[in-house]
Amino acid sequence: MNNIKYILGSFGDPDEMMHGIDKLQENNIKIHDVYTPMPIHGIEAKLGVKRSRLDIAAFFFGITGTCTMLTFVYLAAAYDWPINIGGKPHFALPDFIPITFELTILFCAFGLVGSYYASTHLFPGRAPRVMDLRATDDRFIIAIDAKENTDHNKIDDLLKEAGALEVKHNERKYISYE
Amino acid sequence: MSGHNESILREPLITGTDITYAKITNDILLPVENKPNRAWWIGFIVALCGALLWVVAVSYTFWFGIGAWGLNKTVGWAWDITGFVWWVGIGHAGTLISAVLLLFRQNWRNSINRSAEAMTIFAVICAATYVVSHMGRPWLAYWVLPLPNQFGSLWVNFNSPLVWDMFAISTYFSVSLLFWYTGLLPDIATIRDRATGVKRRVYTILSFGWAGNVKTWQRFEAVSIILAGISTPLVLSVHTIVSMDFATSVIPGWHTTIFPPYFVAGAIFSGFAMVLTLLLVARKVLGLENYITMFHIESMNKIIILTGSIVGVAYITEFFIAWYSGSEYEQYAFINRSTGPYWWAYWMMMTCNVISPQLLWFKKIRTSIAATWILSIVVNIGMWFERFVIIVTSLHRDYIPSSWAMFYPSWVDVSVFVGSIGLFFTLFLLFLRVLPSIAIAEVKLLLKSASEQAKLEQIKEGHLDPTHVSEYVESLDKFDSVKQEEYAKI
Repeated sequence: MNNIKYILGSFGDPDEMMHGIDKLQENNIKIHDVYTPMPIHGIEAKLGVKRSRLDIAAFFFGITGTCTMLTFVYLAAAYDWPINIGGKPHFALPDFIPITFELTILFCAFGLVGSYYASTHLFPGRAPRVMDLRATDDRFIIAIDAKENTDHNKIDDLLKEAGALEVKHNERKYISYE
Repeated sequence: MSGHNESILREPLITGTDITYAKITNDILLPVENKPNRAWWIGFIVALCGALLWVVAVSYTFWFGIGAWGLNKTVGWAWDITGFVWWVGIGHAGTLISAVLLLFRQNWRNSINRSAEAMTIFAVICAATYVVSHMGRPWLAYWVLPLPNQFGSLWVNFNSPLVWDMFAISTYFSVSLLFWYTGLLPDIATIRDRATGVKRRVYTILSFGWAGNVKTWQRFEAVSIILAGISTPLVLSVHTIVSMDFATSVIPGWHTTIFPPYFVAGAIFSGFAMVLTLLLVARKVLGLENYITMFHIESMNKIIILTGSIVGVAYITEFFIAWYSGSEYEQYAFINRSTGPYWWAYWMMMTCNVISPQLLWFKKIRTSIAATWILSIVVNIGMWFERFVIIVTSLHRDYIPSSWAMFYPSWVDVSVFVGSIGLFFTLFLLFLRVLPSIAIAEVKLLLKSASEQAKLEQIKEGHLDPTHVSEYVESLDKFDSVKQEEYAKI
């Protein structure tokens, strides 16, 4: 019997799923993860997902872009090959604001999205770690590690009580590896 | 989030009374998961012919040089830059919808942002081809990049707005692409988990392994809001810099400080018109009436009134300032625009851009699909003429009367332009077939709060002010996708 790796509670409604999370946590059952077809607000607090630091990263990527462009344009226009353009200063700062701004945005966007992909392990061709194929469609899935939480009957009851439409006992962690 | 009821004073964003999460997925993926219908094939073949014309015309230009165009030594910029600015402007609505409306928490953007962003990307592709082909020697296009070179590293002129423009357009294109693709990941995963065989493999690669767990979703929302925050000033800067291509010159009619805000408003104006042109057809053909509702159409029309009025005020201000400045060259440029040989282009622009959007003040007109669609095309024609008027009428009267000239487009000019429209529609129609045209996850967010069925539930429960209820039911009158019988019973 004990080949079960994960217990999945499959909910049809996000509010019932949130209720299910509360129920499980009241009974000291640790939740592995939750898979949903759309972002659910307030769930990160329940599951103890820390606040994202991507905004701080984005700021530093942006400021790197600013510094890169200003340094480069100084080197190119005022140091390496200064050209007299209508007698204007070689390092004509107001003229360089637009390009500096564009590079700030470019670095910020690529740095931000790159860090997001890296921190959540998203890259082209990565094998999707899917526990239930309907989690991207119309089901809200609570996954519980069956090895750590051994009282399976109690988990089943709690999930059903909270409104789970289906409770699955999976012998494989990810079903998407076939 | 989903536990709160939204006030019934707000009009619903999803209509229909039998919508479930599964139905949303099914409805939106219908064109992706099934064979195309006849309407799609007809549209696609016509668009493809246009795209082929574009290939021929652009290749011809590359082979024979820009002498193939109708340019002369007085009018050295004409349909190419007109087309470029027109396309870039059209692209702006996509970013506005996805970024600015997200910052302002306008939830109605959720069902139109995906296709509007796709439109942005395709429009910028069309615009970029003009930039490359107008260079004359497109194989040397990389010379606009600040690369070290064999001339002892003579750098590009960083004081030139054309160089700024290169930075702006390439940043805009790549950031829009990132924003669009990151938003697509969850929806691609939805297609992947329902597909089989080769299709599944392809979408697996494209989905980057999206699984929809809590941390990924939470970071996803953080990334979206930051990208929206940086895309907002970006989109404003892009058309500002495009306008500086003209405004920093000394040509009468171009040398005005009003250009940046006036161009940005014009860009949003034409962009929303193009969104309406595309979506009114797509919603009908793909059967998406429940997700792109009359409320969406009316809201976009309101933005068109606003930006159209800004553009109208800008035209009048330009004229006033030309007179008030006392500069006779500036005065001549404007008198010549409205009464000179190109008067018809000027009045075409004035009629299409200043008068026609004012018709949208009438509720009958802005909630009529046929009228909206026709007006959206009128606006696009007007905005093309705006750029034509600014560019050609300012150039065709040179400093010496002996070099005054007219511009006559050659068949290549016309074909590049018509062809670019074909290319745009080809890309858009292909997009409708392979990717979800509506952001599935974002629409699902609205189901429990802002949908017609959730509001109907609230009404049935009672406890609501009857005047609010009757006001709400009245507001549903204009929706073509709402069945009034449901409300007659209450």
